[in-house]
This record gives sequence, C-alpha cells and structure tokens, in this order.
Amino acid sequence: MGAANHQIARGAVFSPVSAPASSIATLAWFTLAVTAGIFLIVLGLLLYSVVRFRARATDEPREPAQLYGSNHIEFAWTAIPALIVFVLVLTTIRTIYDVQAAREPPGAIHVRVIGHQWWWEFQYPDLKIVTANELHVPLSDPAHPTPTWLQLESADVAHSFWVPRLAGKTDLIPNRINTMWMDPRQAGIYLGQCAEFCGTEHAMMLIRVIVEPRPAFDQWVAAQRLAAGNPKVEGHGKQVFESNACVNCHSVRGTSARGTYGPDLTHLMSRQTLGSGVALNTLEHLKIWVGDPGRMKPGVLMPAMNLSQNDLDDLVAWMVTLK
Amino acid sequence: MAGSIEERIAFGPGAGTADLVQPLAGRLHEWIITVDYKRLGLMYIAGGLFYFVVAGLQASTIRLQLAVPDAGIVSPQVFNRLLTLHGTAMVFLVGMPILIGFFNYLVPLMIGARDLAFPRLNSFGYWLWFFGALLLYFSYIGGGGLQGMGSAPAVGWFAYAPLTETPFSRGNSTDYWILSIFLTSVGSTATAINLITTAFTMRCPGMTLNKMPVLVWLAVVDAGLMLVALPPLSAAQVMLLLDRYFGAHFFDTQAGGSALLWQHFFWIFGHPEVYVLVIPAFAFASEIIPVFSRKVIFGYEVMVAASCAIGFISLGVWAHHMFAVGMTPAGNAFFVTSTMLVGIPTGIKIFNWLGTMWGGRIRLRVPMLFSIAFLFQFLISGLTGIMLAVAPFDWQLTDTYFVVAHFHYVLIGAIVFMIFAAIYYWFPKATGKMLDERLGQFHFWLFFFGFHLTFDTLHLAGLAGMPRRIYTYQPGRGFEELNLIASIGVILQALGVITLVYNIIRSLVAGRPAGKDPWDAWTLEWLTTSPPPEYNFTQVPTVHSRRPLWDLKHPGDPDWKYE
Repeated sequence: MGAANHQIARGAVFSPVSAPASSIATLAWFTLAVTAGIFLIVLGLLLYSVVRFRARATDEPREPAQLYGSNHIEFAWTAIPALIVFVLVLTTIRTIYDVQAAREPPGAIHVRVIGHQWWWEFQYPDLKIVTANELHVPLSDPAHPTPTWLQLESADVAHSFWVPRLAGKTDLIPNRINTMWMDPRQAGIYLGQCAEFCGTEHAMMLIRVIVEPRPAFDQWVAAQRLAAGNPKVEGHGKQVFESNACVNCHSVRGTSARGTYGPDLTHLMSRQTLGSGVALNTLEHLKIWVGDPGRMKPGVLMPAMNLSQNDLDDLVAWMVTLK
Repeated sequence: MAGSIEERIAFGPGAGTADLVQPLAGRLHEWIITVDYKRLGLMYIAGGLFYFVVAGLQASTIRLQLAVPDAGIVSPQVFNRLLTLHGTAMVFLVGMPILIGFFNYLVPLMIGARDLAFPRLNSFGYWLWFFGALLLYFSYIGGGGLQGMGSAPAVGWFAYAPLTETPFSRGNSTDYWILSIFLTSVGSTATAINLITTAFTMRCPGMTLNKMPVLVWLAVVDAGLMLVALPPLSAAQVMLLLDRYFGAHFFDTQAGGSALLWQHFFWIFGHPEVYVLVIPAFAFASEIIPVFSRKVIFGYEVMVAASCAIGFISLGVWAHHMFAVGMTPAGNAFFVTSTMLVGIPTGIKIFNWLGTMWGGRIRLRVPMLFSIAFLFQFLISGLTGIMLAVAPFDWQLTDTYFVVAHFHYVLIGAIVFMIFAAIYYWFPKATGKMLDERLGQFHFWLFFFGFHLTFDTLHLAGLAGMPRRIYTYQPGRGFEELNLIASIGVILQALGVITLVYNIIRSLVAGRPAGKDPWDAWTLEWLTTSPPPEYNFTQVPTVHSRRPLWDLKHPGDPDWKYE
C-alpha cells in the first residue's frame, strides 16, 4: 500500500479541508499559542532558578534565607491562571456549540455508517445505495453547501470514525445512534481509520473518503444504483459464488446473494482497496484474499473457503466484472 | 551538634537490629508472615519494580513491532495482549504498589509513629495485591479455558464493553483480568484506610495537622481518592462477571445493555486514578525539592490546599475521556470547565515548587536532577492536558498517539521520574547504603534523553493521524520516521533502567554507609538510624514545627518562630 498511500496528500489535524476540522484547527492554534506562552514563561523561570541558584563551591556554608510563603504572590499565581482558564473555557464552549449544534441545511447528503469488526458499511438511505469502506461525498459549494451528515451505529463493539482532515472523531457505539457532519471544500482522497480499539484487526479498519465534484458524485451514484451483472460472464464463477457460503454474508444485487454480515459486493470493482484498506483492489490481491483472507488480514472474520484453484480462478474472474 | 540533638530529643540509636544468623528458609518465612510496615513497604516496592521490568519489556516489544511499517514481528493477537497487559500491569502492578510501598514505608516514620494503625490489614492488602498480580500474568497459561480460546486478555486496559462480553472475548482471559484488578483494588482500599487512620490518629506529640509533612498530607489526599475511586471499579468488575457468567445484561449491548455505562464506571475510577498515581509524585517532589534547594517549602498551606482541591476536582472530570462518545454540548461544556479548573491548583503547585527553588542553594544531586526533569515534564504534560481538555481539539486527539504521549508524559515524565528520585533519596534510609552518584547521573541522562526521544516524537505521530493500539501501519502515511525515532528512544531508557538495577545491586553489596542523615534533611525519618529499627524511635519524638530536624540543627533560628 506504500506506493498508493504516497500518492495521497499527507496532512492531518492541521491541514483541514472541511468544517468542522477547520474550526477545530483554528481553536487548536489558539490553544497552542496560549499553552506555548505559558510554557516559555515557566520554563524560563525554571531554567533561571537552576542556573542562578545552583550551589557553588564558593558559597558560604550557611543555609540561604528561608522564605515561608507570600499571600500576595500566591494570589497572583492563582488569579492569572484562573483568567486564562476562563478565556479558554469560553472559546472552547463556543466551538462545541458551533460543531454540535449546527443546523442541517437542505440538500445535505445522508449516510448511515455502521461499524463492523473490521470494516465499514456505508448506506445512503435517500439514494438507495450500500457500499463499504470507501465513502463518496460531493464537494460542497460555499454558495450552496451540501454537507454530509453521518448517522453512526455499530453492529458489534465500539468503533470510532476518524478522518482528521475532514472532522474530529465520533464513536460508533452499539445500542446508540451518534451523528457527525462534514462539509468538504476540496476534492481529493482523504485517509482515516477506526480510532477506538475494537479487537484483533483494529489497525486494519481503514477509511477512504473520496470527495468529488457534484457531477462526478452523481455519476458514481447512478452507477452504484444499477444492479450487478454482466451476462457475458454468467457461468462457472458465478455458480461457485452462489453455491458456496459466500452468499450467507455478502450481497450482490441481481443474484441470489443477500447476506448482510459482510460488505455488499455489487460494485466491488468500483472500490480502490480490499479488506477495508488492507491492499489495493487488483486481480492478484483478490485471488489471495478470496483464497485465504487471513493471509492479508490475520484474524479477519471471513473464513478461507478452501476452493480448488480452478474454482478460485473462475470465481475471481467473475468478481472482477462487478464494476 | 549531635550532642544537642541527643539532649533535646532522646531517640534510638537503632540498637537491637543485629540480625541473628538464620537459615534462608527461616528468613524467607519471616518476610512472608511479617506485619512490619517497613518490610511490607519494601516488598511492595520490590514487587512493583519487578513488574516494571516485565511490563517494560512488553512495551519494548510493542515499540519493536511499530519501529517500521508492516513489521510482522508479532501477530495482531499477540500485540493486543501485549498492549493490554502492559497498560494494566503498569497501573495496577507497578504504579500502585510502588507508591503504596513508599507511603507505607514513609508515613509512620515521618509522623514519628511506630507502625501503621492496622499492621495485619496491611499484610492482608499486600498479599491480595501479590496474588492479584499473579492472576493477571497467569492468564497467559490459564486464559484459554475449557474452550481453548485465547490466551492473555486482549481488550485494552480500559476494556470497553461490549468487547469484554462473552461473544467477543471467549475463554477465561478476561476473567483473569477482572479478578486481578478486583483483588489488587481491594488491597489498595485496605491500604487507603490504613494510611488515613494512621495519619489522623498516630502522629507524635506536637505534630498537629498543620505541622504534618507535605508528603503525609498528600498521602491522606491520595488515600481519600483511592477510597472513593476504587469501589466503582470493583463494582463494575463484579457487574462484568455477572454479565459473563450469570446472564446479567449491564454492558451486554446485544441484550439491551449499555456500553456507555461501563465507560462511565471505568472513568469515574480511571480519572481519579491518574491523580492517585501522580499525587505521590507531588509528595516526593515536595520533600526532595526543599532539601536540595536548602529552603523550606514555599507556601505550605497553599500547597496542601491546592492538593485537596486537585483531589476534589479530579472526582468531577471523568467524562473528558469520553468527549467523542456523543455527549450533549452541555455535557461536554461541563466537563471542559471542570477539567480546566484542575489546571489552577496544578499551576499553583508548580509555582510553589519554583518558589521553593528561588533564592535557594540548589544541590544538583541525582534526586534533584530527577525532580527538575519532573517539573519540566509535568509542565508539558499539564499543557498537553489543557489541549485535550479543549473538547473540539480532543475530538481530533483522543485515542491517538498524542494521548499516548500525553499520559506517558504524566506516568513516566512525572511519576516514574519522581519514583527514581525517591529511590535515590530514600534508598540510603531503607538500606543504610548510598547509591552511587556517578552511576545515578548516568542513569538520569540516559533515561532523560531516551524518554524525550520516544515521547516527544509520539505527540507528532498522533497529530499526523496515527491512532493508538494499532498493531501495525502502512507505509506512506507519514508515520515511519516518527515511529522509528520513538523506538530508538526505548534503547536509551532500557539502558538507564539497567544502570539503576546495577547501581542498586552494587550498593547493596558494597555501598558507602549512609549514616542517619546523608542529605542534611529536616523530616523525622532522618532522625533515626539507617535502616531504622523495627520500632523506629527508641523514644517517640516531640516536634514543634514542620521541620523538626531544622529546629534541632538551628536552635537559634527554629522554624516554629515563623510558622
């Protein structure tokens, strides 16, 4: 994945491309400035004390003057931090309300995000789309913002959705519905990943958010809404798929596969990566993955199906037609 | 000079400590059945240092795996067990016993008492801790259970529900984790009761509460926090066991339980726990900094008041660990405010330590070096703590390596540094031998640079988008260089710890005799022999000020004239 990751612009908390990450970054800079000021002053006092008051061979043998305290000084160094705290609390609370109490504008995109051990399900209820691991959202136009509102849920344990350039993280907690939003102003691919420890493959529960201009997004939506199926490759590969346990967990619209435990594969080949970001989605990787997913992602819940080489080749040949 | 001390306060020369030569089994047996608080204190510290090495080796394995991307040194399962045991052990098997051990050893001595109030309860607490600690590591053997599923627990040290429920954590590993924490917590609660009772009822004549050494005050605040914070944890562990074995549904979300309930229970314990661990560091600093600055502590009353304030406020800040769980804006605002308020008394403490150094004659011996580094690192961890208290900033930072770096700054930069300072400072008292100064300096600089190499860098990894608890990461995301540097820092830290172990062994065998009062200090533990006899003082001393030995050494200018 190294080469592929290198093509994606780096940057995280301090290079936001979307509200609320941008308002968080502003507040973060302010906080950094305040704390840096405190740091320099106190560090200066500490260094000065150590250098100026360190014991020297030339010192008189008596003890230095004993100073028991001073109420004036104590008052000063209580009041000044209290004032700093007061200012920080007010600015913080303002940003909390800006982010959490933001009103949803008309035209917002709705996505239901469901965390699974160890992959992401993205449902677009208004658009009737289901996809996995790669979230497509439209670029938001400042004149007519079309932010994306995420409804976060979990199918098993706690997860956390985090794409630092777009927004802060919000947890996905079973039996609870959380929300968050993003309003991206720059097209591109943004990397993120699960941020709450969720078991064996927590590290490989990666997210890609693909922000694209509205026409490209609409095109993607139209393609996703089509059922799968390419009549030319009906045949053995599809039979292998439908006659094995694949269908218990996966859906491919237009076939008998209706499983919901694993990712929807209807448009598998429209996705850039496999296994929630563990590898690029290529024919070779697919063969390894379908043959034994644990080789790429040890502990993954998808079992190795022990297919014959012939079945595996045909199955993957059919899968790569799921565009 | 010594003569005048003898005249004013009759104290024991430490006679009667000459060991009768006994067979090894007999001596071992004596340690096992002991109710002597000093022995138990040393057993706590020795046990804690043992697990410090074990859990440190586990951390080193974690850093080895993360040194380069896609390293396959350990499997994800093994990695997750490592991080769980490292975290759990460092808190319950290292931090708690070492700090309890120091308080055990020092509180009676410093208040001129002969023992803790409840010697048998003390021994009971120790053995609860001892077997609780064994249970945690026994999970590697017994955790598979009848189904043969799993090994050591792999749920993280705060073990968020429902990952700990039977569908996700099969086998017995999580049960060992529960029982281990339960037992060690009950043991700590016993110690807390003991410390409070001792400090309130067994002070020597003349020592009013207002004349108690700052360390003892902080021990009382610490014990009070333990008393309030540990029971919710124990309760939650029992609830989790009920879930796992008797079909209760407290945290079982598949049956309508609440995952957030666990988080609240855990952090109602977990945040005060941070202070339970750091207050002893404050306590050591408040004794060591004055002695090596040759000045009385600046603003005693304010220091004590600030400590009490920190104790109280820390009980109301727990949900700042939960800013990302989707609390209401008002809920978030409340916990932002309470968390920021802790900054005020904490700032007061730092300023008072600086005030103590100001105008002093600072002796840069090893305990003071560690204390100065503590001030520097505690300052930074306080400031990163403010960043984390800014809830929107926390939405970015929580559960990343920034948080890992922040709390290691507290746990190592403040607490472990002060534990090292305390070891160098009180080792002569407990053993009668000095630790080697030059080896100590070597230890300090190795550990100081190693620490900064590792944890300064990890802040940046978090800001670059690296979440915590990931067993590996892909190349090309900007994490490689930072992780490599962080891992290299571990080598220096390990060398530092090896130097300390060597120094301790060498001093025990052939250390310079310490005498009663090697640091020219002012509190009562330096009045008696090193090591002190079982009964501490032949005659219970009478004090007139907060620094009884200052009064004795400066009869013309005693403290009680100014307090």
